[in-house]
Amino acid sequence: MLKVRVIPCLLLKNRSLVKTVKFKKYNYIGDPINTVRIFNELEVDELMFLDIFASKESRDINFEILKDIANECFMPLSYGGNIKSLDDAKKIFAIGFEKVVINSNAFNNLELIEQIAKYFGQQSVVGSIDVKKGLFGGEHIYSRHGKKREKESVVEWAKKLESAGAGELLLTSIDRDGTWSGYDIELTKRVTSSVQIPVIANGGAGSISDIAEVVGRANASACAVGSMVVYQKRGMGVLVNFPDKKSLEKALDSVVE
Amino acid sequence: MITIVDYGMGNLGSIKNMFKYLGVESTIQSDVDKIKRASKILLPGVGSFDTAMQKINRGDLREVLDEKALKEQVPILGICLGMQLLTKNSEEGEFDGLGWIDAKSISFKDRVDSQLKIPHMGWNIVRKNQKSKLTEGFELFDESRFYFVHSYFVRVEDEKNSILKTEYGVEFDSAIQKDNIFGVQFHPEKSHKFGMKLFENFARI
Repeated sequence: MLKVRVIPCLLLKNRSLVKTVKFKKYNYIGDPINTVRIFNELEVDELMFLDIFASKESRDINFEILKDIANECFMPLSYGGNIKSLDDAKKIFAIGFEKVVINSNAFNNLELIEQIAKYFGQQSVVGSIDVKKGLFGGEHIYSRHGKKREKESVVEWAKKLESAGAGELLLTSIDRDGTWSGYDIELTKRVTSSVQIPVIANGGAGSISDIAEVVGRANASACAVGSMVVYQKRGMGVLVNFPDKKSLEKALDSVVE
Repeated sequence: MITIVDYGMGNLGSIKNMFKYLGVESTIQSDVDKIKRASKILLPGVGSFDTAMQKINRGDLREVLDEKALKEQVPILGICLGMQLLTKNSEEGEFDGLGWIDAKSISFKDRVDSQLKIPHMGWNIVRKNQKSKLTEGFELFDESRFYFVHSYFVRVEDEKNSILKTEYGVEFDSAIQKDNIFGVQFHPEKSHKFGMKLFENFARI
């Protein structure tokens, strides 16, 4: 039994799945439905879908594709990408997803998180924060998939999302995204130590040991993985896969009681 | 045909999706007259205990469900909050539950180590406690695991009504049964082949 959830985080661009590097270079991975079928067979813990263009360009949510996904997937599902209202969330839940991921729209409407949490429970709302380091040190939160710089500091915003009712946080290091260089331990630790709710670390996972490291050293409750589950190896072609459960278990057992 | 009762609480789409995948006919129904004719009932539920009981008590739904469960004795399966509603009451609310099974719904809070995150959210394993048609064939898996999301759990008064047990800081009843009435704390519709097996079993009862 895995004590920590390892969640493939899949990026939608129109009807395709893509993978990014540092939120850029949209590399085509494949058809989302075929991909989720494979993850379904691999019996992954949970799947997360982020429509990065819905978010970046404030496009409408593609409910049709979410329906197709939910028809194939028998595991917990979450969706993020320009969720603007409680009604949007209601539609997503009715389709068969159980969590919504809110990032950009929380900056001008923090109440959105509160409304969804009140209606569906806190466990149904994931607050998402994308963080990028500056050239001369320092860091900033970015919304709209890396497009818009926000003013709030990471810890301050994490606490605000928590008190608004988010049941979990997705914490993404833009600098690590797609780099296979491991999670940002310091950043993750800073957030896990300032909120009570579970934190999903994201950005940089390249191996089982990266997962064990962010859990053991930074107290992440869950890990999102991207490149390592859609590519064969670093710099190689597309291959949808999931780390061997026994090896994962072993690595995690060594860091979690 | 399985009638999934829609009383405004929860994620019904994914339950129907799984039955469809299994080739089992199901229908989502809010019309009490149609629920009255159901031969097998699924009672879902996500949300708070009192809100759910208020919705059930409103109109004729309560009476119809009581009739179905106790008099006609059609198979009924409660999922997640739907399981907790089968009990007498819950620490989460003031309202009485359906009370079909002698059990109570109680809080994890103050009963488990404060380090443990509540809700209990994620995959966990189940252990067989009593034989049941609902869990037939589970021994074919080396471990049966299911997806849970809940802050309250069920404790039965009579061990013979507890068919599966799970541990999260405390051991609790993750599946219960009394005659034709079944309840599961986890989400079979989100639990891969394990959930499919359970739904198939229910469809066959």
